[in-house]
Amino acid sequence: MVDLNINGEIRSYDVPDDMPLLWVLRDVAGLVGTKFGCGIAQCGACTVHVDGRPARSCVMSVSAVGNRQIRTIEAIGRDPVGQGVQKAWVDLDVVQCGYCQSGQIMSAVALLNVKREPSDADIDAAMAGNVCRCGTYPRIRAAIKTASKV
Amino acid sequence: MSGPAYIHIPNRISRRSLLGAGLVIGFAAAASRKAHAAGEQPGLGKIQDVTGKGQTGTAFEGFAPGGFVRISPDGRITLIVPNVEMGQGIYTGEAMLIAEELEAGLDQVQVETAPPNEQLYRQPLLKSQTTGGSTSIRGAYGPLRQAGAAARTMIIGAAAQRWRVPATECTASRGVVTHVRTNRTLSYGELALEAGRQPVPQNVPLKDPSQWKLIGTPARRTDSPGKTDGTATFGIDIRVPGMKVAAVAASPVIGGKLVSVDDSAARAIPGVRDVIRIANAVAVTADHYWAARQGLAALRITWDDGPNAGMSSAQLIDDLKGAYGKVKAIVARHDGDVDGAMARAAQRVEAEYELPFLAHATMEPINTTIHVRPDGCDVWVGTQVPTVAQQLVAQATGLPLDKVAVHNQLLGGGFGRRLEADSIQQAAELAKHVSYPVKIIWSREEDIQHDMFRPAYYDRMSAALGSDGLPLAWVDHITGGSITAHYMPQGLPPGEIDPDAVEGAKETPYDFPAVHVDWTRADPPIPFTWWRGVGPTHNVFVVESFVDELAHAAKRDPIDYRKALLGKNPRSRAVLEMAAEKAGWGAPLPPRSGRGVSLHDSFGSHLAIVLQVAVADNGEIKLQRAVAVMDCGLTINPDQVKAQMEGGLNFGLTAALYSDITFRNGRVQQSNFNDYRMLRIHESPAIEVHVIRSTEDPGGVGETATVSAAPALGNALFAATGVRLRRYPFDRGRLASQAMASNARQGTTALASEDR
Repeated sequence: MVDLNINGEIRSYDVPDDMPLLWVLRDVAGLVGTKFGCGIAQCGACTVHVDGRPARSCVMSVSAVGNRQIRTIEAIGRDPVGQGVQKAWVDLDVVQCGYCQSGQIMSAVALLNVKREPSDADIDAAMAGNVCRCGTYPRIRAAIKTASKV
Repeated sequence: MSGPAYIHIPNRISRRSLLGAGLVIGFAAAASRKAHAAGEQPGLGKIQDVTGKGQTGTAFEGFAPGGFVRISPDGRITLIVPNVEMGQGIYTGEAMLIAEELEAGLDQVQVETAPPNEQLYRQPLLKSQTTGGSTSIRGAYGPLRQAGAAARTMIIGAAAQRWRVPATECTASRGVVTHVRTNRTLSYGELALEAGRQPVPQNVPLKDPSQWKLIGTPARRTDSPGKTDGTATFGIDIRVPGMKVAAVAASPVIGGKLVSVDDSAARAIPGVRDVIRIANAVAVTADHYWAARQGLAALRITWDDGPNAGMSSAQLIDDLKGAYGKVKAIVARHDGDVDGAMARAAQRVEAEYELPFLAHATMEPINTTIHVRPDGCDVWVGTQVPTVAQQLVAQATGLPLDKVAVHNQLLGGGFGRRLEADSIQQAAELAKHVSYPVKIIWSREEDIQHDMFRPAYYDRMSAALGSDGLPLAWVDHITGGSITAHYMPQGLPPGEIDPDAVEGAKETPYDFPAVHVDWTRADPPIPFTWWRGVGPTHNVFVVESFVDELAHAAKRDPIDYRKALLGKNPRSRAVLEMAAEKAGWGAPLPPRSGRGVSLHDSFGSHLAIVLQVAVADNGEIKLQRAVAVMDCGLTINPDQVKAQMEGGLNFGLTAALYSDITFRNGRVQQSNFNDYRMLRIHESPAIEVHVIRSTEDPGGVGETATVSAAPALGNALFAATGVRLRRYPFDRGRLASQAMASNARQGTTALASEDR
């Protein structure tokens, strides 16, 4: 049994210690907003926050998470920065297929939490780990800037 | 392309099953139905092959669930769009077409994707219920507006009857009918049941474009909110009670077979349920995907590698090139005196181009959730071909077609991969061995290595230039496989051209005095299919690179040279001129920087893109800025045209810079995003898009900018470095500066002398 604090709720999960957080979220906790893209931390689709910092849940075992706070896309709208990012994403119609966008938004919120007005170089550094196959990068960049001004 | 409206009045049983649906309007193109029945070649779907006989014969009789408009008495307005959403914004664009004539706001409607039903949702251009080939808006533009207009007419008719007034005294707006003289109102929901009993209107006049409220406005995507808060459901997100999750491995050598499996270690892993063997694959089901993955990794599998055991890229390319001149070419086009022009040319230019195998690598890995029962089957999947999926599952399970329910979901990218239902067929073959619902997920490695690839091509170009440097003759010899042939029940008849193989080459934007285009068929021994941009993505790279070569051979500016060939093509000339102007064409740039242009007329649209790059001394490429000017005729949702220009260009740039599927010992050598990499945000250029305002018929959009990417980049690299690269992904080693190259040589020499 592993105790996890997911979106503010602490629950016990009957899963092996080495199970990646991604699959606990998706297949055990039923939080499918966090996506599987590559399984090797190359695409960022599985990005969640662990104690506020972005983490690739596909390669992070639940034992490595420990009792730290996990935040997923389902709960990112609870804080103002998350809300602002989601609003900018909708206002600019960033999404296309949308599959990578949970991860993009989690990375963007994590960036804005530490840097209120990120430069292009900040955005490059924070977002380069998130692949968008549809190529929505120009709008991701624009939406982060829009959200930073709110 | 547009057909009459049909109304489907629910019978009693169906009405119960529809939970209070009132008005249900369906629509189909009678002409295309006849064409299908007569055996006309289908487009991007295997429909003729698999639809089944009875379906075309009994079209439109009895109740058909769905149609395009469903209004329930509680006021819910549901628009059922015939195409699937894979990022291109079609849920929004097609909803706009219906809502415009229905007189409802986008904020008042829910959008659903159509269930598999060839009678109702056969796409007029592709002649099947298929989403692909940038055809959706072109196919739907007339029929969906007519569907909305028919529904509005029936709703108004119902109101007029209730009020006992002439229908002409009533108007409709935002889901409400008003009797203007008395100012009485009724909502669509209040009229739904009566509207369903109204006569079918024939030839309802459509609104004049000056009256449009939605079409042409930058409407927000209907799917944005769900895709930003984690609630959007893709196929991979489906969860069904009692469901297990499976990991699967197909023969690592394409075409190989499963011989035996030792599953003792796998079965010992907690959570593992079953090990399923089929002819060429094995799957492990488990309580969750992690256990399934662990179980799969613990299997000891023996494969029979089969006929492709020794296959290599070198062999495939040799075979491709060897087919040229050996296999008889089929002429796609021969106009004017090509031989005479070649004989009297002031200058002749020749070049050979190559294109690699490509994987689709949709962000959502391939997956299918399926529950096979003795009396029926449910399939949850995101597919571009729902009726093909239904048919293949019926075949695999032995169930009648009407017992197979396909629940189509949002697609986490399609790009042509989900035009193929091989994975859905595999899922059915696996799932019939277990009683529970199972979600089968391909790992990213499985997804890339068992893709159906965009095939390699080998093209030989030649041109005769006159004394003014302009072409007297243009010759394009294409060598490559036939994708279309796989979609024809009897294959491609001998001597017939595959239109996809020559699309973008047979017709170019340019006016050449003499033209010869032919195609040598050379199918690789592995599964291959369409990839975003289909024929034009292959051919326009060659055509636009070679036109650029001719301009330089003629010592002419590439934009001016193209303009000289566009006398009969004002729309292409206009986008080219505007792109050049907006990009600052001709303005000085630093050394090893350059601008390249690509122009093409594909999918009924005209697109010019100018791309500016800088090349480092070591050959690394920096994409700086792109300017796209699009004339796609009338735009339904201009902001989504822009979005497709931005995304489509980046998609194509990934291929031009990085994508190359290679084979060794019959196995794909790439496996994941580490070695089949994607363009990332810091590599994406700034992209500026201009969309021409036009009243011409809508053209296709979703694939056009992908088509432009490689030629624009190749031409920009030539402008920056003077090196012409005729194969992509572009070889950075050949772009290193002279100084760098000579340093490298000296370094090698120094090392070599030290070694001595």
